[in-house]
Amino acid sequence: MGPEVLKDINFSIAPRSFQYLTGPSGAGKTTLIRLILMALKPTRGLVHLFGQDVSRLEATTLTDFRRKMGVVFQDFRLLDHLTVYENVALPLRVLGKEEAGYRAEVVELLRWVGLGERMHAVPSVLSGGEKQRAAIARALISRPQLLLADEPTGNVDPGLGRRLLRLFMELQTLGTAVVIATHDLALMEQYDAPRLVLADGHLHVDA
Amino acid sequence: MSTPDWRAEPAEQDEEDEGFVQPKSRLPVNLRRDQPLVPVDTVAGRALVVVIAILTFLAALSAGGALMAARASEQWRGAVANEMTIQVRPDPRRNIEADLARAAELARAVPGVASVRAVPRTESDKLLEPWLGAGLDLIELPVPRLIVLRLNAAAASDLVAFSQTLRREVPSATLDDHRLWVRRLSTMANTIILAGVAIVMLVLVAAALAVAFATRGAMAGSRDSVEVLHLVGADDEFIAREFQNRFITLGLRGGGAGGLAAVVVIALLGWLASAWSATPEADQLQAMFGAFEIGWSGYGVVVLVAVIVAAIAGLVSRVTVRHYLKAMS
Repeated sequence: MGPEVLKDINFSIAPRSFQYLTGPSGAGKTTLIRLILMALKPTRGLVHLFGQDVSRLEATTLTDFRRKMGVVFQDFRLLDHLTVYENVALPLRVLGKEEAGYRAEVVELLRWVGLGERMHAVPSVLSGGEKQRAAIARALISRPQLLLADEPTGNVDPGLGRRLLRLFMELQTLGTAVVIATHDLALMEQYDAPRLVLADGHLHVDA
Repeated sequence: MSTPDWRAEPAEQDEEDEGFVQPKSRLPVNLRRDQPLVPVDTVAGRALVVVIAILTFLAALSAGGALMAARASEQWRGAVANEMTIQVRPDPRRNIEADLARAAELARAVPGVASVRAVPRTESDKLLEPWLGAGLDLIELPVPRLIVLRLNAAAASDLVAFSQTLRREVPSATLDDHRLWVRRLSTMANTIILAGVAIVMLVLVAAALAVAFATRGAMAGSRDSVEVLHLVGADDEFIAREFQNRFITLGLRGGGAGGLAAVVVIALLGWLASAWSATPEADQLQAMFGAFEIGWSGYGVVVLVAVIVAAIAGLVSRVTVRHYLKAMS
């Protein structure tokens, strides 16, 4: 077992809240997000999600929890062989929903994030900003209770970064708890919100 | 907690958002391209289709061969089981016609014998024609004569006693009840059938192994996709089903191609056999092995083999994926 990346961390995320998760590169922001997503198991300690301890749950029972969360990966992680539309519709498709039932909703969301004309494109021909928005749309389509976004403005110009931030704020007002992992101070200065600051494996809340 | 509704409440637009929210247009009708969620590398996929096609072709040919042997064996049994022959050999010290008549008379007295027919001389000579050629005067040759007995299937006959009586009364006559031949031919046919079934089973196992390895390769290549699917809410069952559907499609494609090739080859051989059937050699072969055709049931078996191969491809990939996902978690 290697050194502990995160230790003595204690925090909670309230419903409909908005917060930044920040800290220098390599501080463990992505690790913390992966812990919340249950893509990693903590070596010790507890992770409570939606009122239940999930740190010791079997992998097969994690699916229901994951369906309540949306995630925007730093590297987008769109499936390259699927179109933008198919990527965004993925969370609904894995629920076994009929395509006819969600088509209008997906198209509407794609237009909302400005990808209405790019829905047939595959990720390889999209710009960084378009990929980012597709990844965000995929995270939103299932109307999650918690949205985790890892460096969502890391690959876009400041103008688009501001627009994306506004998108997340809008989501929060519509009822989703939002956690944005970023080390972009300029972004955080645009909208004041509590900051979960990670440094040397420890976390403190900067309200 | 209320849910976000981008349909009722579009994003607030300001100057910066120009071009971000686009005007509504008519909904495209063919959005989904039905792409499988887990891509199976096309080169590996094509290779697997070819392997499955070859294996199905071999399995279908083996199954067809076994079926043909079974049909031929059935024909022999039906044709000879209810028939016996008495062979009367020419003996210069005896009158062959008198022996023939005496043997026929003895045969008629045996219970269970339905009919007795002494094969006329001209007919016996004709039987030798394929070997000796037509137009020969065989009167000088010591050609044996035959009496064909048809047995009543329902009644039991004491053939051992009849054989002894015949030998005693007509020393130049022997009874051939064909059962030894039927037994030998049946054993041979059963061996062919068993070998055919064994080959089909081996080929199915080979197909299963090929699919298992291909699935593992596809899983390793799709590790990222699988993780994304997990994180957007797919459970193991869903992912296994996606792989299974993909491999059933590949299995059906390979199985279909192999099965079709087998059907074409069997039909072609059947056509060649019928074109060749005018020759005496072909008549002999047909008498021995039956007609070179597998019938509709045979073609049904070939299709069944292809379907089984596809089903095995789906099942094996599913089991492999579940196993792999368990190991991953």
